[in-house]
Amino acid sequence: MLRIVSARSLSRGATSLLQRFQSTLVIAEHDNEKLIPITLNAISAAKRLGGEVSCLVAGTNCSKVAGELSKVQGVAKIFVAQHEAYKGFLPEELTPLILATQKQFNFTHICAGASAFGKGLLPRVAAKLDVAPVSDIIEIKSSDTFVRTIYAGNALCTVKCDEPVKVFSVRGTSFEAAPVSGGNASSQEAPPPSPAGLSEWVEQNLTKSDRPELTSAKVVVSGGRGLKSGENFKLLYDLADLLNAAVGASRAAVDAGFVPNDMQIGQTGKIVAPELYIAVGISGAIQHLAGMKDSKTIVAINKDPEAPIFQVADFGLVADLFKAIPEMVDILKKK
Amino acid sequence: MALRALVGVKRVIDYAVKIRVKPDKTGVVTDGVKHSMNPFCEIAVEEAVRLKEKKIVSEIIVVSCGPQQCQETIRTALAMGADRGIHVDVSGKDYESLGPFQVSKILAALAKKENVNLVLLGKQAIDDDCNQTGQMTAAVLDWPQGTFASEVKVEGEKLKVVREIDGGLETISIKLPAVVTADLRLNEPRYATLPNIMKAKKKKIETVKPEDLGITLTSRVQILSVEEPPQRQAGLKVETTEDLVTKLKEVGRI
Repeated sequence: MLRIVSARSLSRGATSLLQRFQSTLVIAEHDNEKLIPITLNAISAAKRLGGEVSCLVAGTNCSKVAGELSKVQGVAKIFVAQHEAYKGFLPEELTPLILATQKQFNFTHICAGASAFGKGLLPRVAAKLDVAPVSDIIEIKSSDTFVRTIYAGNALCTVKCDEPVKVFSVRGTSFEAAPVSGGNASSQEAPPPSPAGLSEWVEQNLTKSDRPELTSAKVVVSGGRGLKSGENFKLLYDLADLLNAAVGASRAAVDAGFVPNDMQIGQTGKIVAPELYIAVGISGAIQHLAGMKDSKTIVAINKDPEAPIFQVADFGLVADLFKAIPEMVDILKKK
Repeated sequence: MALRALVGVKRVIDYAVKIRVKPDKTGVVTDGVKHSMNPFCEIAVEEAVRLKEKKIVSEIIVVSCGPQQCQETIRTALAMGADRGIHVDVSGKDYESLGPFQVSKILAALAKKENVNLVLLGKQAIDDDCNQTGQMTAAVLDWPQGTFASEVKVEGEKLKVVREIDGGLETISIKLPAVVTADLRLNEPRYATLPNIMKAKKKKIETVKPEDLGITLTSRVQILSVEEPPQRQAGLKVETTEDLVTKLKEVGRI
């Protein structure tokens, strides 16, 4: 009993010491060519913790990305793990690498962006470290206290995490991107891989688009069931092109097959917070609002004046979208 | 090879309910509020039942962790076609702090005990929005994971899983035994028919305690407060498209 007590007070002493010597490992997300922007938001979050920030780059081709990262402001060290085993960035292969890196350097925090990559990987890492992870944080109050949303963004939950290692994913739209110049990080090789061989990457079918990427676009034009067909989405593409906007969709539009599901915005799709969000023919269900209600300015165009979307819209136009959108395109073309 | 599937289901506040935060900021109001099965769990159950109908799965065991009322959620899964249920009884303080960390340990213990080779879960619960349990269960078991699945095919000793990723879709091949988490587009869950609901009443639900599985429910994550998010200010209705564009220019958005 006595031993337990003394161990506890010891660990309490150690905690205050740790606050001064924090170190965070950010798992970089990339495609072997370039860094995925959400990594820069995760780096900003990591910087908020106060300690040293390191980045781990694992993949089949890391040199370009490591070069990019070395210039990012606030990154002190980069660990590079280049190996065929990391093809497809499978969590079964990346987890042992992260554990080995953690064993060597004893980070107090491990984080990544809350993208499909980060969400798939971090809980696996946390379970292996026998700690409870924290998902999709929107604010860091202190080194152990985080804010996240629950119930589709309808409540803010502040959690205190007393785990020896804090493993968390970062909502990209809640933290600024770290500047991509002015940094001068040193680079070193990460521990060698120990291929798990449980899984294999087969293929990818990415939606190709010339428009800006949805989660980081400054303007998003989004369509719902009101568009009636996939062809009609062309109206939104025309408008988006004039505004240099990305195009999103509600679940109804995805389920009806109008657009692919990687365009879905909402609780179970992507979370966006652009400067301008234009919701066209979207009623504004709880699950959709979860993905866009932190946008700076929200515009709703809907023919139903009772649509819940009008309760969150800064500017609402009650009109038939098939008339309003072409009109808007004309006006914008004239200016 | 016939698979034995374990499906985890969670009882949550119904997705259509507008939740209310408790005035003392300790959580959200759950008393007297409509609850139902987490939508992603329904999809996981449906997938298991379809695999059984294709004779790929031989038995479906459905499990839920929480208070007594979870048995209703298990019954729903039984009515959809699961074979038997396990209710892991967790209540009071332990239930308040029950999260993916604890649930994944329970599920892993059950997966071993029941000798299953496929664990099917939803990708996230719509209350805590964690998106962790499947990944953590796979880690505890040291099994591969097929998360955010929109298509699952059994190919011999492997599973081919099409996953929903940020830029589109990705196909992976994972060795069995494995953990799969269902995305929305994996399938369209069936409605339980009245005869099936009646039949489900005869199916067995076993109740176990976490201790029976050798699991202690400690938590090192504490909820300090639950609050309302900031409310948006009421907006302006404009009359014409022209007005709209003018307003957006005025505020500097276009």
